[in-house]
Amino acid sequence: MINKGQLTLYIFLAPVLLWLLLLIVIPHIDLFIISLQIEDDMGDMVWSLDNYRAFFDEQIYWLTFVRTAIYAILTTILTFLITFPVAFYITKVMSFKYSGFFTILLLVPFWVSEMVRIYGWMILLRESGVFNHFLLQIGLIEVPIEMLYNDISMVMGLVYTSMLFMVVPLMSSLEGLDDSLIEAAYDLGASKLVIFSKIVIPYILPGITSGAIVVFMLTLGNYLTPNLMGGKNSLWFTEQIYNQFIASFNWNQGAAFGFLLLVLSTLIIWLGLKLTRQNLSKALA
Amino acid sequence: MKITGIITAIFLALGPASISADTLKLLTWKGYAPKPLVDKFEEQTGIKVELTYSNNEEMIAKLRATRGSGFDLAQPSQDRISSVQAKYNIYQPMDYSRIKTDQIVASMLKAVQNNTEVNGESYAAPFCYGTSGLVVNKRFAPNANDYDALMDTNYKGRISYRLKRPTLIALAFAKGDDPFAKYANEAAYSDLMEGIGDDLINAKHLVKNYWANGDALLELMRNNEVHVAMAWDNGGWKLHEQNPDIDFVAPKSGALGWIDTFAIPSKAKNVDAAYQWINFMLEPENAAYFTNQEKYGTASKGADQFLDPTIAGNFSRSFTQADIDNINWYPPVPARLESIEGKILDKVKAAN
Repeated sequence: MINKGQLTLYIFLAPVLLWLLLLIVIPHIDLFIISLQIEDDMGDMVWSLDNYRAFFDEQIYWLTFVRTAIYAILTTILTFLITFPVAFYITKVMSFKYSGFFTILLLVPFWVSEMVRIYGWMILLRESGVFNHFLLQIGLIEVPIEMLYNDISMVMGLVYTSMLFMVVPLMSSLEGLDDSLIEAAYDLGASKLVIFSKIVIPYILPGITSGAIVVFMLTLGNYLTPNLMGGKNSLWFTEQIYNQFIASFNWNQGAAFGFLLLVLSTLIIWLGLKLTRQNLSKALA
Repeated sequence: MKITGIITAIFLALGPASISADTLKLLTWKGYAPKPLVDKFEEQTGIKVELTYSNNEEMIAKLRATRGSGFDLAQPSQDRISSVQAKYNIYQPMDYSRIKTDQIVASMLKAVQNNTEVNGESYAAPFCYGTSGLVVNKRFAPNANDYDALMDTNYKGRISYRLKRPTLIALAFAKGDDPFAKYANEAAYSDLMEGIGDDLINAKHLVKNYWANGDALLELMRNNEVHVAMAWDNGGWKLHEQNPDIDFVAPKSGALGWIDTFAIPSKAKNVDAAYQWINFMLEPENAAYFTNQEKYGTASKGADQFLDPTIAGNFSRSFTQADIDNINWYPPVPARLESIEGKILDKVKAAN
């Protein structure tokens, strides 16, 4: 007999479990089955591992994945480097009166969709755009420079779109850091560098880890930014999945790529956690 | 209990309204359903039109994913119907007795019927036609008159095209080959396209970007950021109105001719509305409005008398009689060519 408390629990849990089962588990099983099939010469579906083999045999596929992963890791590191000073300043240096206001300022750009923000950047950076116009006006350059459609602008766009997801966990862990620890370190004659590396960083490491995981996954799975800002050289792994599904009508290959993305990105995160001696439950707590 | 009551009331209030309202779900290209025509149709018939913008590949993928449901009418190109239909069965046979065929140009209707035939049934009616060729800014690129201008070092950094199958096909024609004749021979076609892919990789440093959005390309050309592009004729003509230097050029090796159609998905809910929309859009006056606005050619027979004089002017400026005879019309695409092309296009995009 289930008691009343348990019944309530199950009732509240049911939507979550249904969501997980119907929208995540079952489609993935279906995708997995599709990924293990290929079309033979007669047009019939047969079981095969060819879709997975194609990923490792064709240089272009795994190279694209490696490229995507490296850029995602780079983006994660850059995002941390840029957002850490901001988070530290808002939580530790700024007076409490203003910190709320500045937090809102950080959030405001994220009230519009990623698409709009990216187009905003494109208006700024394009050859006939705002930056070029400004530089021409003050006489720094004589002919406009194309600032879009290269890897630098792409990484910049990726960093920009994922900043919020790093800054929030950093701020919440910094808020937990007692100021007196830093003051005590100063009293005992520690240099800024030592305080930073021996006190601040170890304390907020779980925050960094959770921010890094989110940023890494979002960047790896991004489609819009590499496509719009990266332009002609920016084949991203997600785009390859899209191409398999949409342009080549090869759902089986696309499904295999989707699974490989899932497995390989999980592997990268696992490695990252091992290397930094973190564990997932602590990072997400 | 109170909350349940409120929720039930909301569902009762919203439910029937959203179910009973007569809607037409149209899967189409941008620009194919101008707002004034949609308003006019809604007023005349009381049917609400829901628009989803797409392209050939996505239309097929969407309908394949739902096995032909979710939309009442789609507008794929005529060459992308028969093999897809034979394989995935996503459309239903067109009932030509329900279409006012006397308002459609007879030769075009016949061509579309032939090209979309699967097992004795045809699956589409023509809506509009046009060509792909070059859109050129003649002030900067006066000599660009064939597709090989897309790989010309003179226009370095000022070139743009779509990384899609028409580009491969166009460049094959520019090389003097005939890709359509090789459609039936998979190996020969694959060889030809591999060669084109290598050419594209070698000439990649000349390209500014691969455009994906027509409006974005027009913007690039308007700002003189791109001087030579492969694009649809209507885009070139639209730009010509704003800047006479820019115009559509029918390439020497032949513009690529396409016809976009109406096709009804196999599990369409509101087939009546679909036929009503087809007949409405091909009414001479409405078809002429569409053409005047979007510059695509129309399949409607009586539309000529309502067309702006500039429309005929556009056509005669870009096409001599020889150019017209030279147009390469897309034959139906056999299955499996897409995956050959897909891999080559991926390689081009990934190359440095």
